[in-house]
Amino acid sequence: MRIVVLVKPVPDTTGTERLGDDLRLDRASSPPIVNPNDEYAVEQALRLVEAHGGEITLLTMAPAGATETMRKALAMGAHGGVLVSDDALAGACALSTARVLAAALATLEFDLVLCGIASSDGGGGVVASGVATLCGLPYLSYAGSVEVTDDRVRIHRLHATGYMVLEAPLPALVVVTQIAVGEPRYASLKGIMAARSRVIRSLSLADLGLDPAAVGGAAASTRVLGVRPPAVRGATRVVRGSAADAAREIVDFLDERRFI
Amino acid sequence: MAGAIWSVGEVADGAATRLSTEAATVARRLAEASGRESAAVLVAADPAGPAAELAGYIPRVITVVSHLADERPPAAVAAARIAALARVEEPAYIVIGATPDGRDLAGCLAVMLGVGVLANAIAVGWDADAGPVVEESVLGGRILTSSAFSADRGIVLLTPNVIAAEAAGTPGRVEAVAVDDVADLPAVAVLDRVAAAAAAAPIEEARVVVAGGRGVGSPAGFAIVSELADLLGGAVGATRAAVDAGWIDYSQQIGQTGKTVRPALYLALGISGAIQHKVGMQAAETIVAVNRDPDAPLAEYADLYVVGDLFEVGPAVAAEIRGRRG
Repeated sequence: MRIVVLVKPVPDTTGTERLGDDLRLDRASSPPIVNPNDEYAVEQALRLVEAHGGEITLLTMAPAGATETMRKALAMGAHGGVLVSDDALAGACALSTARVLAAALATLEFDLVLCGIASSDGGGGVVASGVATLCGLPYLSYAGSVEVTDDRVRIHRLHATGYMVLEAPLPALVVVTQIAVGEPRYASLKGIMAARSRVIRSLSLADLGLDPAAVGGAAASTRVLGVRPPAVRGATRVVRGSAADAAREIVDFLDERRFI
Repeated sequence: MAGAIWSVGEVADGAATRLSTEAATVARRLAEASGRESAAVLVAADPAGPAAELAGYIPRVITVVSHLADERPPAAVAAARIAALARVEEPAYIVIGATPDGRDLAGCLAVMLGVGVLANAIAVGWDADAGPVVEESVLGGRILTSSAFSADRGIVLLTPNVIAAEAAGTPGRVEAVAVDDVADLPAVAVLDRVAAAAAAAPIEEARVVVAGGRGVGSPAGFAIVSELADLLGGAVGATRAAVDAGWIDYSQQIGQTGKTVRPALYLALGISGAIQHKVGMQAAETIVAVNRDPDAPLAEYADLYVVGDLFEVGPAVAAEIRGRRG
């Protein structure tokens, strides 16, 4: 089976990323990593291909330098990649991102599209359902398990009080959670070596027949007016001592703040 | 009523969710601030009960009856109908609760209506020139942005628990409408619904969250976490380590690959508070932690950090609370 996995490079969570003067993410401020939620989707794709055979193509919309981040996911075992990159896409909004990814998918052949639940930077979690809607694909989200049989996909859709069993014909788009796969695998040395020679095809907006004035940063449907850091937390009070003393301190503290 | 401000109702167990009433409150206030009309839209197989509840918060509740809402994932069913309705009534802005279904719905509606989405809103105000001004928490809560829509239309995804629902002075009217020209999205069948053995309280809406991490050590270890959550009227949360170990359900996971919570009180037991967890809970008003490691990251940002064994301190806290309450 042919699987496309949507992969987004995001700033390293432990980094010191900041917004630049243009109120866009200053991508030079921290090295990108593969969005952690997307690694579960890559892992899910690898397991399906191990079980059923097939190929995995990564699809990314990002600045040109993103090939380096894509190779980290290729090193897990994916077979190739498509990078949609265009200067006009800097500052693109979620709506544009969905439109561009949908246009890119239209140029690919696939049975299944997989992606993670949200990115760790913007964290809107709205692009996947937008892509599915634009592509006319059945959309199955929050998958706690993914099973493919012949020409259908079946998932457990997790929710707070249990799960729903959903099924749709292929091709379809499935949003994968960590519960479906547990830990994503580490790239082996062999995988890292192999990833170097995998082909990442670059596509521009012109290649996709998209008008930069319609989907680029200039056409963003939302705009940032200002940024500020969150309120600084006060100093930490550290308590040591017997359990009984510590418990009294905790309950006093909670009582002062009216939680008791 | 072109230019109106809508909210979307979500139903759980036959009732409107609390977040739906928060979204309705935001829509009503934006309408009041801008001199526009407001309405809540509810797509359900049996909307009467939840619609009556929502009418307490907003002047108009539009209901669309669809049996498909019980037969397919609800977001896709709602999206097709709300989009059809929006093409007729042309609302300017739509406020949706940021639940899994709400996010799915927002993504579908955004591309169907060709409008932008401002996600993870923690505050929404009105500006005469810019329209809704939305404060968002991005990059795991390390930066707050205020944003607006470029056009005079858009979708706001409202974070649970950031504004208190406030009933309207006079109850609104409920209006059942039939929608034409519904273009349903590709069918996804619901084959079965399985309830979790013990359905846990949702963590995103809880005022108090008591969470356990690696230090809790086992499923049985979560007994003290649950006991304190019960005593404090809160929900049980967990770190990814505890979820990966199978001690507790993924629905309770807080952090980078789980949920983001903003409770008034976060009580962390056996949690080191590494960055991947921190991004999901750092917006809590008050953070109290009990952990054996004096050098854990949480010792840097908790308000009160107790160096101790959670299995000694936890029960002592429970006993102390019971003692004071008599």
